[in-house]
Amino acid sequence: MPQIPMPPQSVPLTWYLILGAILFTLGVAGFLFRRNVITVFMSIELMLNAVNLSFVTFSYKYKQVDGHIFSFFVMVVAAAEAAVGLAIILTIFKNRQTLEIDEVSSLKN
Amino acid sequence: MIFNFFVVSLIKSALVAFVLLTALAYIQWVERKVLAHIQLRVGPRRVGPHGLLQPLADVIKLLTKEDILPSHVNKFFYFLAPFIAVMFALISIAVIPFGTEVKIGSFSTPMQLTDLNVGVLFILGLSGMGVYGVALAGWASNNKYALIGGLRSSAQMISYELPMAMAIAAPLLMLNSLSFRELVDGQGGFFLGVIPRWSIFQGPFPQLVSFLVFLVAAFAETNRVPFDLPEAENELVAGFHVEYGSMKFAAFFMAEYANMVTVSCVAALLFLGGWQPLWPVEYGSGFVPVIIFAGAALICFSHAIKPARPFDRITLPVFGVVFLGIAGIFLIPIAATILLPLFWFLAKVGIILFIYIWIRGTLPRFRYDQLMNFAWTFLFPVAIVNLFVTALAVALTSK
Amino acid sequence: MEDAILFLLFAAIAVVCAINLVVQTHPISSALSLVGVMGALALIYLQLGGEFIAAAQLIVYAGAIMVLFIFVIMLLNAGKEHRVRRRLWVSYAGVPLLAAFIGVAAYVIERMLPPSPGAKFGAMTHGNPQEIGRSLFQVYLLPFEVTSVLILIAILGAVVLARKEVD
Repeated sequence: MPQIPMPPQSVPLTWYLILGAILFTLGVAGFLFRRNVITVFMSIELMLNAVNLSFVTFSYKYKQVDGHIFSFFVMVVAAAEAAVGLAIILTIFKNRQTLEIDEVSSLKN
Repeated sequence: MIFNFFVVSLIKSALVAFVLLTALAYIQWVERKVLAHIQLRVGPRRVGPHGLLQPLADVIKLLTKEDILPSHVNKFFYFLAPFIAVMFALISIAVIPFGTEVKIGSFSTPMQLTDLNVGVLFILGLSGMGVYGVALAGWASNNKYALIGGLRSSAQMISYELPMAMAIAAPLLMLNSLSFRELVDGQGGFFLGVIPRWSIFQGPFPQLVSFLVFLVAAFAETNRVPFDLPEAENELVAGFHVEYGSMKFAAFFMAEYANMVTVSCVAALLFLGGWQPLWPVEYGSGFVPVIIFAGAALICFSHAIKPARPFDRITLPVFGVVFLGIAGIFLIPIAATILLPLFWFLAKVGIILFIYIWIRGTLPRFRYDQLMNFAWTFLFPVAIVNLFVTALAVALTSK
Repeated sequence: MEDAILFLLFAAIAVVCAINLVVQTHPISSALSLVGVMGALALIYLQLGGEFIAAAQLIVYAGAIMVLFIFVIMLLNAGKEHRVRRRLWVSYAGVPLLAAFIGVAAYVIERMLPPSPGAKFGAMTHGNPQEIGRSLFQVYLLPFEVTSVLILIAILGAVVLARKEVD
């Protein structure tokens, strides 16, 4: 009779890194496939979150706090980028009345 | 042993949840009575003696009212918004300590659900997440008044989070911890044997300005007068909860009162010394609750001799006997050690809640642009300067 | 064992919310799914011993940045995205290619990570605010001051860009 596999005693660190990889890939997919500029921006935030998870995981591995510090700086930079990016999006909307990135292409060709 | 921990935590959570939900209903009774007496009228007095069963009648009414789902709302967010508002308002009570350890026989447990060592950050995070309930309620209602009310209310809550966080950071510099239990323990002891070491009296820089900034920011965070423009009944057709009825409307009000209670508890813990008494126990501060309750009993008996209303001949003596019983409980030494810190903590929280209700009855409300101007051009600089002066004082006087 | 079960629960919530973010058509559903991802990640950071980072994630990311996103979406009110016509092979090859990419990444991670003990809740005690404060103000003081200048620049940029034209 096959044994039901018991969950391990402690969580292997590869699981955290694979979760980070999955979230990062989903962020890249959202960035490439979506056309609403705010959704593209949110996919970028998802990628930054996945990177934060990798930093915190490696900080656990070496039992040092430097990964947490770097993760904190990533959060601060994401906040600054969100503020300026959303202001740019508001300006685009005011001038073009659209939020689709395919239509903001007047510099092409 | 871990099973023991789960059982004890479950019992404590059930107890705290029950007491909190009953207290929320009765805070509304207190508010209606106090506002009525400020405005020279009487308030609810028909349902039960002195209107004491009015909250029960309100709950029954709200539960049995027809729950209408308007056809033009976004159904998923319409259901989600009051759920989020109530959830984050009620979770914050988990890190608030009510008193010291309770020892029953060989078993001792602190009067707190959990003592996180980042407890203050937890409360700040949850008050930030409470903004989502209000914003989603405005959005889901698909109604221009609700949307404007929701956006104004959430912008107000975010703007006042900043001075509140700075006002919280100032006493933390002097007390050096983020866990609530350690904060209150750091405010124990007395100067010159008599003056309590609460944050508002403690050197090197007494935190009076922080306390005032925190109270003003807390009024705005909980959307109370004088900052309640986004949800007053005669402005914007009641703002973000115009499309909500019966139980969901009750949920938003429960969330508002729960936020009020949380913020008053945090103010009492950070600035007023939590459960530390006003003067040392050696000089008799253990008799303060006895004197207060015995005095209340005396007032009840003296009014019962010539009552204003005929049925008061029965109800007032009953209240008098109940108060005498409570005063008697505080004289028993075993019960007194458990109940005395709880009494001081609840007295401080009760005083701050009374100040909330008092100000509601006294002040007019701010216009929205005056409100936002006040936050960004006055309160935020004052909070920053206060933090700077506190940091300077701590740095200059520490070894 | 309860560490593994809790991790799988939070990871499942994070992945489901992330897939929801990419799949939903209305931006506000995507924004709320992103808040769900951030909440699940905050709980995972707590399990890895980063209590300050978990609290900062809730306060800064989920409580301020995402509220800003939701404000902008509500103010602009641009509505759902339109479905776009794609070529047939693109719509059939998308998801399997994603799964293959994740599989390759997982294999490389499994092979390249040197053997290390697993994560147990409570094994890392250095994530508390005292350690972070000590490190931030002693070792990483220069990046800290530079980020405060960066935030000042961001504030100025946002105010200038969002200003109304004065006629």
